[in-house]
Amino acid sequence: MSGPFLGVALTAGGWHPQAWREDGARAQDFFTAGYWVDLVAEAERGVLDFVTFEDEFTLQSPYAGAPARRVDHVTGRLDAVLTAARVAPTARGIGLLPTATVAHTEPFQLSKAIATLDFVSGGRAGVRLRAGANATEARHFGRREFPDSPVGTADWRRAVAAAFTEVSDYAEVIRRLWDSWEDDAEIRDVATGRFVDRDKLHYIDFHSEHFSVRGPSITPRPPQGQPLVTVLAHQQDGFELIARSADLGLVTPRNPAQLGQIRAAIRAASPERTLPDPPIVVADVVVFLDGSEAAARARKERLDLLEGAEFGSDATVFTGSPTDLADLIEDWHAAGADGIRLRPATIPDDLTRIVEEVVPVLQQRGVRPSRYDGSSLRERFELTAAINRYAPA
Amino acid sequence: MSKPIKQIHLAAHFPGVNNTTVWSDPAAGSHIEFDSFRRFAQTAERGKFDFLFLAEGLRLREHHGKIHDLDVVGRPDTFTILAALAAVTERLGLAGTINSTFNEPYDVARQFATLDHLSAGRAAWNVVTSWDAFTGENFRRGGYLAKEDRYDRARSFLHTTWELFDSWADDDLVADAARGTFVRRAEVGEFAHQDRHFDIAGQFNVPRSPQGRPVIFQAGDSDEGRDFAASSADAIFTRHSTLEAGQKFYADVKGRLARFGRSRDDLRILPAATFVLGDSDEEAQELAREVRLAQVSPATAITFLEQVWNTDLSDHDPDGPLPEIDPVETEQLVSEGRAAARIEDRRATAQAWRERAQAEGLSTRELIIEVTGRQSFVGSAKTVAAQLNELVQADASDGFILVPHITPDGLTPFVDRVVPLLQERGVFRADYTGITLRDHLGLPPLGERGRTEAAS
Ligand SMILES: Cc1cc2nc3c(=O)[nH]c(=O)nc-3n(C[C@H](O)[C@H](O)[C@H](O)COP(=O)(O)O)c2cc1C
Repeated sequence: MSGPFLGVALTAGGWHPQAWREDGARAQDFFTAGYWVDLVAEAERGVLDFVTFEDEFTLQSPYAGAPARRVDHVTGRLDAVLTAARVAPTARGIGLLPTATVAHTEPFQLSKAIATLDFVSGGRAGVRLRAGANATEARHFGRREFPDSPVGTADWRRAVAAAFTEVSDYAEVIRRLWDSWEDDAEIRDVATGRFVDRDKLHYIDFHSEHFSVRGPSITPRPPQGQPLVTVLAHQQDGFELIARSADLGLVTPRNPAQLGQIRAAIRAASPERTLPDPPIVVADVVVFLDGSEAAARARKERLDLLEGAEFGSDATVFTGSPTDLADLIEDWHAAGADGIRLRPATIPDDLTRIVEEVVPVLQQRGVRPSRYDGSSLRERFELTAAINRYAPA
Repeated sequence: MSKPIKQIHLAAHFPGVNNTTVWSDPAAGSHIEFDSFRRFAQTAERGKFDFLFLAEGLRLREHHGKIHDLDVVGRPDTFTILAALAAVTERLGLAGTINSTFNEPYDVARQFATLDHLSAGRAAWNVVTSWDAFTGENFRRGGYLAKEDRYDRARSFLHTTWELFDSWADDDLVADAARGTFVRRAEVGEFAHQDRHFDIAGQFNVPRSPQGRPVIFQAGDSDEGRDFAASSADAIFTRHSTLEAGQKFYADVKGRLARFGRSRDDLRILPAATFVLGDSDEEAQELAREVRLAQVSPATAITFLEQVWNTDLSDHDPDGPLPEIDPVETEQLVSEGRAAARIEDRRATAQAWRERAQAEGLSTRELIIEVTGRQSFVGSAKTVAAQLNELVQADASDGFILVPHITPDGLTPFVDRVVPLLQERGVFRADYTGITLRDHLGLPPLGERGRTEAAS
């Protein structure tokens, strides 16, 4: 298929901070399994390639630098990896990309968690790594300090660079651990009494400033070999991180021209890359959908009024009709986005419209599939089969 | 005065990465594919078991500096597999072993709170304290914790997670769309904890879960471990599964509860138990012998021997007598990564083994079978049901965590044949009567808040 990859970023209620108050939003269910199972089933009805699950070790802030906490915002969230695992046995074809934080977790633990998600989902797992190097989260763990430097200062830039280096190291460790078992390590050789061929289990011996990990993993190599590693990037350090470490990079261009610049920045940094495939570049778009542009805008304004502020986002904000969105998706694809991740402003309304009104247009145009074909997530993204770095060639 | 008849609690331990699990049996399936876990869990739920139990070891075991290859190797991530199992079961409790040395409270608390939400109140946490530097090599901090501090950190860790669970009141989550009130107060989840191990503050980000917090298990056997259980656990996972040893352990631990202001009914004692069923007792005995031989191959016998002697005995004849040399007492262990196999006094163990082998005329392998491969329940379903009930009624335990030796269907004969007999006797539930794991275990609800104040 030559059309754009398509995914949805799930978050309780939707991306507008007042979305949870809309009719049918099911705010009472945000912390139940049924809610997430239903959202993923809805995304699968649209034959989408993937869903992502947001996460962080703090209460939500609707936008950067938001003032004091408000009781009219969604507050609290479930662990994303566990949520993905809870929906995996009932999902049939969609990729599951939970978010995980680097600064305060152990790569050894996350590696086996994502490997297990890959087993449970039959080879459709990945993970979005986020740095999490901020003072609020650090206070929740008490093990490290991150300065609260103002955005844009030299201190801030240094901290970001260091955090991204750690993400890159972390990605390297989880990848080595996934490879630390060769696929045929389990031999069950009754004659010699050996369950594994230990020559096919490998120490990874990774050492860096923040962690040293010996390995091997306690979990065998997952079905995909290498589940997908994703990062969301907004500026140069992030683009370099995508180039170095990610199978898939999420980016936030404002328009097709910016998309071209971002692609160029990633390509320019790519020589450092050791992965066999170039990174898949996926652009984020927040969507308010309705029958017409005017109606979509009116919906957004109504929600903004409840909020008492105009909705802002790191990603571009689209208001319009399903056909308009289908056009945008195709235009951006033509301008260099391998795929689009839609952030529905409200759930269920915008998610339902994506599934019922945007996807069919794209299907009619022949750029989106009409059913799942049993492929793994790597296959869906047309990545080459993952070769084990430790296996003899 | 006759004692009231106790209800038995039953749990299913997914076969582990040790020689109890017989992988060489043609019926043995995958230890890693989700389908094995699904079948195992659904069998346990069909048997109305209280919960499924997963052990954990955070580094592959080694012997002579090489990965131990004679037993099953490899298992999934505990939290992830339990969350997935919540999708294919409805009532079964989901108990995971999670270490308090190489994790942090905020992360573990939100994983358990999440699991409890996603399973509608079925989560349990077996708090273990393995601290060794060998395991530490897989983690950021390495082997940083001294052995004598393991329970100090565990206690502090556990109580810190309770503070996090309690930081949201039951009614903090409002989600009233019309009034625009998602949470009752902006300060939800606020906490501050400071002690020798943790200096943390902020806001916890998971609303209070159906059970308030996971059911707490403890599985250490030392004096400190028992105190930890008596002060803070809802249940103990133990190895004392025989009548005499069980009664002694039961009395000891129950006796400790009062010191922590708790009642004898606040703690369930659940030993691990294996079983072999036959159509007759004789057939079961015969089968049990075969299982023991499969569990203790000649090579496995030598491995166990080397764990105690702590030296290379690869030339030793497993069918001959025990070695005559004395064990080697060094810090450097032949065998690493086994929580169960830390041997305090090698000479005494070797001496006891020699005496027993001599008295009973046992070869090395036969002796190892006797000291390691002992099965808890062997017999016809009728015999096993009677023995099991007897042990519970005699206060050797409150029930058992059954460890089948075949994955994933080893539990099936027990569920099909023994459970109905226990139900007929009226000592095991015919169906679930509650929703949460606390309900199944007969533990009182936590109430609005937990009991963070208890036990410091
Ligand atoms: C029945 C039983 C099962 C155990 N299971 C585990 C386990 O799965 N993972 C682990 O790391 N430790 C396990 N342990 C080890 C203990 O939980 C404990 O942390 C360790 O033995 C040190 O405590 P102690 O000195 O009080 O025994 C187990 C112990 C017992 C008695």
